[in-house]
Amino acid sequence: MARTAKTRKTPAKSQQQGGPSDNSDFALHSLQEAFEKAKTYDASEDEMMEFYRQMLLIRRFEERAGQLYGLGLIGGFCHLYIGQEAVAIGLQSALDNDKDSVITGYRDHGHMLAYGIDPKVIMAELTGRQAGISKGKGGSMHMFSTEHKFYGGHGIVGAQVALGGGLALAHKYNEDGGLCLAYFGDGAANQGQVYETFNMASLWKLPIVFVIENNQYAMGTSTVRSSAETEFYRRGTAFRIPGMDVNGMDVLEVRAAAEVAFKHVREGNGPVLMELNTYRYRGHSMSDPAKYRTREEVQDVREHKDPIEGLKKVLVDKGKSEDDLKAIDKEIRKIVSEAADFSENSPEPEASELYTDVLVEEY
Amino acid sequence: MAIELKMPALSPTMEEGTIARWLVKEGDTVSSGDILAEIETDKATMEFEAIDEGTVGKILVPEGTENVKVGTVIAVLAGEGEDVSEAAAAQATTSGEAEQQPEPAASSGEQEKSDDQKAAITPGKPKSEPKSDPAIPDGTNMASVTVREALRDAMAEEMRRDERVFVMGEEVAEYQGAYKVTQGLLEEFGPKRVIDTPITEYGFAGIGTGAAMGGLRPIVEFMTFNFAMQAIDHIVNSAAKTNYMSGGQMRCPVVFRGPNGAASRVGAQHSQNYGPWYASVPGLIVIAPYDSSDAKGLLKAAIRSEDPVVFLENELVYGRTFELPELDDHVLPIGKARIMREGTDVTIVSYSIGVGFALQAAEKLAEEGIEAEVIDLRTLRPLDKQTILESLAKTNRLVVAEEGWPTCSIASEVIAICMEEGFDHLDAPVLRVCNEDVPLPYAANLEKMALIDAPRIVEAVKKVCYV
Ligand SMILES: Cc1ncc(C[n+]2csc(CCOP(=O)(O)OP(=O)(O)O)c2C)c(N)n1
Ligand SMILES: [Mg+2]
Repeated sequence: MARTAKTRKTPAKSQQQGGPSDNSDFALHSLQEAFEKAKTYDASEDEMMEFYRQMLLIRRFEERAGQLYGLGLIGGFCHLYIGQEAVAIGLQSALDNDKDSVITGYRDHGHMLAYGIDPKVIMAELTGRQAGISKGKGGSMHMFSTEHKFYGGHGIVGAQVALGGGLALAHKYNEDGGLCLAYFGDGAANQGQVYETFNMASLWKLPIVFVIENNQYAMGTSTVRSSAETEFYRRGTAFRIPGMDVNGMDVLEVRAAAEVAFKHVREGNGPVLMELNTYRYRGHSMSDPAKYRTREEVQDVREHKDPIEGLKKVLVDKGKSEDDLKAIDKEIRKIVSEAADFSENSPEPEASELYTDVLVEEY
Repeated sequence: MAIELKMPALSPTMEEGTIARWLVKEGDTVSSGDILAEIETDKATMEFEAIDEGTVGKILVPEGTENVKVGTVIAVLAGEGEDVSEAAAAQATTSGEAEQQPEPAASSGEQEKSDDQKAAITPGKPKSEPKSDPAIPDGTNMASVTVREALRDAMAEEMRRDERVFVMGEEVAEYQGAYKVTQGLLEEFGPKRVIDTPITEYGFAGIGTGAAMGGLRPIVEFMTFNFAMQAIDHIVNSAAKTNYMSGGQMRCPVVFRGPNGAASRVGAQHSQNYGPWYASVPGLIVIAPYDSSDAKGLLKAAIRSEDPVVFLENELVYGRTFELPELDDHVLPIGKARIMREGTDVTIVSYSIGVGFALQAAEKLAEEGIEAEVIDLRTLRPLDKQTILESLAKTNRLVVAEEGWPTCSIASEVIAICMEEGFDHLDAPVLRVCNEDVPLPYAANLEKMALIDAPRIVEAVKKVCYV
């Protein structure tokens, strides 16, 4: 049977929404524009020294973790944060720690250190000891500190995004003024639940900052080999979530972007999507074939974009002496050594711990 | 002092590897974090980095060397201000120790556990006395209430009692619930606490779970549990395991609820019992009530529980009316089975809609002189073994009736318990009566054939009674 084509009289989208479309499109770029105007956070010298100290702590801690792994003291998967330090420090330094929450994936040591959580209990978790922050039952990928409103530490790629949506829902429900900072990787950005969460977060105007830590690779798959849209900050557009494109190798730029994003979210405007462009120097986890990128590529980033060296340069230009910076390095080495010693010497969990914490209550 | 660089292990099980490449040469100064070498095993490559600052004194194992044992000194580093030759000399005097393997740190996983340890880890912590249902005071009015209303009332009462409790799911608010279980909740509690979600199970299960981690008490409704397969990751990986993985730090008091099991003529994708799936997961509570009293009393307990709960309802039972005690606060204990009918000749263990079939079968059997005891498990995890085993000790014969597939079922589990812990009481093999082992067909006659019914239970009971 032949069909006659009907001409549909559907009103144009902009008419349906009853608003000028360019106006609402503008909203998607407005944060980036605000950020472009002042891309460097005007940090005091003390703040800068503190950023330097914290980034260096992460770097040295992770190097030590890598070494302990090599000695067989850490097992399983262990994902190091080396190269990405400016992301956690730049963002988390802008949080209100009395209210805001943080959630991330398995590459979580840096985010915990950024909170000032004792490196000893983190390292002891990596070595699977009773004194570890999860009593040795979580390991590298599963660490939490509800005291700091740090909600983990999740091993399923992308799960933390929906869970973060729930934390944001709780902030809104309790009207506590807090926001949730939910980190995930460029690889995780291809998970369906990320977009399910984008949709609900935007629909319900949840106070959440989605942070894509684009370190260019998901295990051995580069973003161009996995992603149709590699400008990840644009990926919220379909959900009307404004995006921001940030250099994640510059802690002052990260912090400046955080200020813009957090303000937007705190004012009740719903989520923001930030893409933090960064780089992981080390293998995906401790065992990595190291065949999917060249050593020159890694070396180039280390030499020209290193977040710690970058800030060091700013500090030296501001008149800080090499000795001042060396003193920090020394202090941090001591902290990390003590953490390593602690993590090697504290006992493994008691056998009786096997059956504790399965359930909270007794039935 | 010279620093010895030893062959690292890529994993706790690695014993030897290849030095694929040296990235430094003798005399190079290195600082912490610099990559010194690439080490390979058959599985992976690892970058070997410097921990300390210094000058590479001597490379003792050239690149390309295979089968280098973990712990072998492969190079020597001279510390700051130290002479390289000095470092090499120091190495010579210490090389004797170099063959030593690093102490395997976390060895307990591979070692045979000592008897001591075995004793310590059996889950034999002093069991608290099993809680039984609270006594219903004399003179309590018994109201006739449908399961649907009982569930709704449970939610409404808990929402009145605790501001943190809210409901979310598809069509729970304005539509009043796809099966009308949330009828009237929107009107009383408003859209903040009765939240319509988009059709996005994985996403909203994650949001519900995260909200519980953040201190709220979410009730996540699945339109049916068939659709929760898209969300099972959050139920199992996020909700069930968090308390354990965090060493008891982070709780997740969420309730996932909705209809489970076969409905009527909806075909295979909409008809499945997930009881055995969830009941296999440590860290979850799994409840599957049958009547109105249990639906209400156990849902209230589930909402109050600090643990994540999967609450399995049944669409075919929603409209059935049962007696329900009119009490201010009707809360029942989780983890306690209920004897629905006493008997001496045989025990029929069931749950959810199966209990109805079991009771019908028991009536039929009584006419023939067989007194069956019917146990409603009510909670599938933790399973009330004690009630099952006590009944078995009395009747010596047992049949499990389950509306669900037979393979790896709750029935399988109950049979295993009877074998392991009730063997001496058995006068006959335990039998299971389940659905047929096929995807549920649509055609009315085939569907009927595939599903459990009372006559099949009667038949199985007669078999174990040898009549
Ligand atoms: C659902 C799921 N699929 C696969 C994995 C295995 N896996 C762990 S990390 C990873 C790569 C993720 O990359 P990305 O999101 O970019 O984060 P990055 O590791 O770079 O920080 C994969 C595939 C997993 N843990 N979870
Ligand atoms: Mg990545």
